[in-house]
Amino acid sequence: AALKDGLRSQVSAALKEGRVTPTELCQRCLALIKTTKFLNAYITVAEQIALKQAEESEERYKRGQPLGILDGIPIAVKDNFNTTGIETTCASNMLKGYISPYNATVVQKLLDQGAVLLGKTNLDEFAMGSGSTDGVFGPVRNPWSYSKQYKEKSVPKSHSEDEESNWVITGGSSGGSAAAVSSFTCFAALGSDTGGSTRNPAAHCGVVGLKPTYGLISRHGLIPLVNSMDVPGILTRCVDDAAVLLGSLAGHDPKDSTTIQDDFKPFELPNLTDVSKLSIGIPKEYHTPGLSSEILALWSKAADLFKNAGAKVVEVSLPHTRYSIVCYHVLCTAEVASNMARFDGLEYGHRSDMKDSTESMYAATRREGFNGVVRGRILSGNYFLLKQNYEKYFVKAQKVRRLIANDFVKVFRSGVDILLTPTTLSDAAPYTEFIQEDNRTRSAQDDILTQAANMAGLPAINVPTALSERGLPVGLQFIGRSFQEKQLLTVAKWFEKQVQFPVIQLEEVKRHDSDVFQHQKSASFS
Amino acid sequence: QKVSVEVLDHLEHLALVDFRDSEGVERLQKAIQFADQLHEVNTEGVEPMDSVLEDRCLYLREDDVTEGNCTKELLENAREKVEEYFVAPPGNIPLPKLDERETFLQGS
Repeated sequence: AALKDGLRSQVSAALKEGRVTPTELCQRCLALIKTTKFLNAYITVAEQIALKQAEESEERYKRGQPLGILDGIPIAVKDNFNTTGIETTCASNMLKGYISPYNATVVQKLLDQGAVLLGKTNLDEFAMGSGSTDGVFGPVRNPWSYSKQYKEKSVPKSHSEDEESNWVITGGSSGGSAAAVSSFTCFAALGSDTGGSTRNPAAHCGVVGLKPTYGLISRHGLIPLVNSMDVPGILTRCVDDAAVLLGSLAGHDPKDSTTIQDDFKPFELPNLTDVSKLSIGIPKEYHTPGLSSEILALWSKAADLFKNAGAKVVEVSLPHTRYSIVCYHVLCTAEVASNMARFDGLEYGHRSDMKDSTESMYAATRREGFNGVVRGRILSGNYFLLKQNYEKYFVKAQKVRRLIANDFVKVFRSGVDILLTPTTLSDAAPYTEFIQEDNRTRSAQDDILTQAANMAGLPAINVPTALSERGLPVGLQFIGRSFQEKQLLTVAKWFEKQVQFPVIQLEEVKRHDSDVFQHQKSASFS
Repeated sequence: QKVSVEVLDHLEHLALVDFRDSEGVERLQKAIQFADQLHEVNTEGVEPMDSVLEDRCLYLREDDVTEGNCTKELLENAREKVEEYFVAPPGNIPLPKLDERETFLQGS
């Protein structure tokens, strides 16, 4: 079995039949993590713990009693999910050295099914950002920066120069998770999605990024950013694998009162062949200024693909789209102001040496522990929540939120099944270019296409579609109806099959995975 | 309109976080400007939305104790503690006023 294989289709079978063992799989992933260290995708690699889990998994396979399809499968988790025995830092000085006394529900679920937790992945500090560049452990590098496909297209002045200064960002804030999946160091990774933080890096790193419906997957143990919008995100290399992960994570959690109580039945995705009964909506407001002509063309081509296959493709309108990002800005900062109040140095995390008074200790702790982005959002949030501003900004934003959510309701009610939109405005920017603008400006730009789905709580998925002219991944986004993940993923899987997104050609992986590369059909999308 | 120093000071007190430098203050100014776009939207008769799950009932469980007794684990992550207490410096002492504390806002 190769590290590139799909979970359901290949690796699981290989494990069952003993063609590969969990410890082999784990060791290969750990070795690859070491050689791809320059990507900075992982904050903590839990080598000993992972190997132990792999050994236990191997015992189960020997006895013929694997716990399920995820038994022995190496996975990575974004470092804003609580994990016992493994540091949880949120890429912040505030939580450096923090070891949680409990596992987030989603982490526990994965472990209960025998998954092997390789480590915690890098992110923007406290998940605030769209580049995975603003954490205290440094930025994450997009594996595609080192791909044959990107190198061929860039004009290097000298070999060493282009490697060091040309590298592109992963997008964010779940950049570490996206990079880990993209570079084959794990089979799946958990991210989080509040404004697009799973779908954005998925698009830039050429992997599948699923944002489930709000209320489907437990947030217990996910260090909160915006309680009314956060969801755990799933990053995998193919849509089928995303369905597997979804199946093992979804469902009511008594520890998270915002999870719905409906029964969730895990599902296998059918191989859709007839799309004639499907109605695809193309929201015209997503044709936004700043959208690259390349992506616009790809989006158009995708719409044609559905049309030619017999689906009904209609232009629709989500009139309040352009206010979504402003609305998010107010609601997000307001909830952040509240959520970050827990970090005072008293019960956990960084504590300042200041002893003059409780308040001055809190102030010094927060001064020392938070970076500028976090502090900025806290201050903005507090401003919008001031008595004199509360109605004007916070409540106003909540009203606009309803209008945005209603836009979607109207469109879905009119007979549209799935919306098709771009995920990002362009392919991944070089790091040196990205950091020219500040975090807030970047987030406002980059979240524009992904944010509204969080506002309305809808499920959405990025499917890698084609390579840009620079040889970098571009993805398209599907947005579905609430709790209709099966339909959403079925359509996404059909689309994935049509576009045949190319496999990344990384020197590092070639060296480590000497198995013959899977034959990829050359009929690529662009 | 620029945010007054009084409000900036007030925010530093409420948030217990500092603006650090002129960039920090500028950031707030820009954030407010950005948020002002909300007022272009007509929200006459629209109810504020707290949660996308507003049409559902919250899960209520029986009032039974199902977990707890984890004092040791909870204290483990605290830096200063005595027996089963978290230790804080003296309370009821307000943050020094603007002209008495070290803050970037002092110069304004």
